[in-house]
Amino acid sequence: MTALEPTIVVRAAPRASRGLWGDAWQRLLRNGPALVGLVCIAIFVVGAVLAPYIAPYDPTVGNLAQGRQGPSAAHLMGTDLLGRDELTRVLYGARISLTVGVIAVFFGLVFGSVIGAVAGGVGGRVDTVLMRIVDVLLAVPGILLAIGIVAWLGHGELQIMLAVGVSYAPIFARLLRGSLLALRESDFVIAARSIGASGPRLLLRHMLPNALTPLIVQATLALATAIIDVAGLGFLGLGPGDPRIAEWGEMLTDSARFLQSAPHLIFFPGAAIVISAIGFNLLGDGLRESLDPRLKR
Amino acid sequence: MLRFIVRRVLSAIPVLFGLSVILFGFLHVLPGAGPAEAILGQHATPQLVAQFNHDFGLDRPLYEQYLGYLGRLFRGDFGSSVVDGRAVSSVFLVRFPATIELTVGALIFAVGLGIPLGRLAARHPNGWVDGLVTVISLFGISIPIFVLGYTLVFVFGVTLHWLPAIGQLDPRLRVDPVTHFAIVDAILSGRPNAVVDAVAHLILPSIALGSIPLAIVTRITRASVIDVSNEDYVRTARAKGLSEGRVDSRHIMRNAWLPVTTVIGLQVGGLLAGAVLTETVFSWNGVGSWVVAAIQNHDYVVVQSLILIFATIFLLVNLVVDIGYAFLNPRIRYS
Repeated sequence: MTALEPTIVVRAAPRASRGLWGDAWQRLLRNGPALVGLVCIAIFVVGAVLAPYIAPYDPTVGNLAQGRQGPSAAHLMGTDLLGRDELTRVLYGARISLTVGVIAVFFGLVFGSVIGAVAGGVGGRVDTVLMRIVDVLLAVPGILLAIGIVAWLGHGELQIMLAVGVSYAPIFARLLRGSLLALRESDFVIAARSIGASGPRLLLRHMLPNALTPLIVQATLALATAIIDVAGLGFLGLGPGDPRIAEWGEMLTDSARFLQSAPHLIFFPGAAIVISAIGFNLLGDGLRESLDPRLKR
Repeated sequence: MLRFIVRRVLSAIPVLFGLSVILFGFLHVLPGAGPAEAILGQHATPQLVAQFNHDFGLDRPLYEQYLGYLGRLFRGDFGSSVVDGRAVSSVFLVRFPATIELTVGALIFAVGLGIPLGRLAARHPNGWVDGLVTVISLFGISIPIFVLGYTLVFVFGVTLHWLPAIGQLDPRLRVDPVTHFAIVDAILSGRPNAVVDAVAHLILPSIALGSIPLAIVTRITRASVIDVSNEDYVRTARAKGLSEGRVDSRHIMRNAWLPVTTVIGLQVGGLLAGAVLTETVFSWNGVGSWVVAAIQNHDYVVVQSLILIFATIFLLVNLVVDIGYAFLNPRIRYS
């Protein structure tokens, strides 16, 4: 076997690179559960945006004589206590729940990221002080912190957004700080520092973009919890405080007394909350897998 | 080990201190003219407001008021309700047993069902059982406590009449409240039907409150068992011919327990917060429904004290979990 055999060089066809986000998007589109999640969310987003055009009735006008009717051809989801069309109210409720939920998570993301970035970026005493504040906020369990803040600030959509946002901020702060601390010792950051990149530039250009992935995943999952928490506040009587406004949680409270005679008034708003929360949970899990393919089960 | 415990206990103190400052501020920086207006209403006369502020020491410097507040906290005085004048601590002792009962019931439901479900799912990862379990846990974390609560009440209470839907005990049974734990009181009354009634009352609220921890315990058990099953020592155990049951109990579960126990401990905080919603749905006279009533009555002293008490309990439980974890897993003590 001394004769030289012709060697065949097989080159892998160069794959068109779509970049990090393009690749992630493609992986997301191949992820069945994530697509189901996207569809769940899309239904409510479309319903919320088009509510004034597709809702069959006015959400604030009811006919008392037709109160608490079960589902029928005229009212697909029946009517509420004041004779208002339940389908219309569920559609308009999507506007409140999605907007308040999204803005609340956005607030939490901004508050949390600023705290986390300063703590993880500056380090030292600043880090210690900020993380102690985060510990204090985390000591109040779950929705209780949001309940306390709404009780303090009073009724209103902005108050709910702030309350839920502040209660989520510590989670984002810890997450970002953790990622930044891990990145501080990574080779490319040390390299950037060695060629003279200064503090803010190092943080904003080199470290933050690499710490975004867990934040995005956590924010998507937080949207599911936010919708549940916002409805929970509404259910406890800490909602927007205006009976004309359709809010899923408040719609449930109003109807609870008539569980026996009008269960549809619990079922439909309840299903709306569950389906939208499932949507964000599935999308969040899908994003986690597509942004970090190593995590794939 | 002792050093670890001392360090953990010491680290909880500044957190509680910080929280007491924030909660003190909460009562004193209420939007509007301050606590007097919040409690007496907008139409209170200036004389009445001045009298109120003097009675409650609100006209003294803030640091003095805070030190007074801190001193009272150390003596176990959490203030009194401005609505009925009863001391927070005495009402708390009457109401807290109901919340403990509910939390324990939910934890038993979540752990009792979550661990077998997680193990079942891990046996054949990505099989149909695994898929089913994944769907159940997805529902568990996506369904709000109050939606699940009312659904359970409607199906098992109102429609099927299988289980009682409201309260902790049938008032017709006339069980004397001794310990305020409904089940314990029923046992003390010596009547088996009262015990059955108390347990039956606990079932639906426990399921409603336990749904989120159930989902989390199931997921963690599944992930942990799959993780450990792929370890070399498990393969070795199988290779040397141990029975599947023995491999499962001696090699897999012993190591898979660690993350599961930690997660179970961490659920307690969420359960306490969830009790607020659960007790409202099922009309339980616990601490959770008291928080809601206090907020509706603008009884801020009660709200402030209850948040502080909940946080203290939460921190204590976390402390116990951390110490327990360090006890089970010596590797983390020195890190």
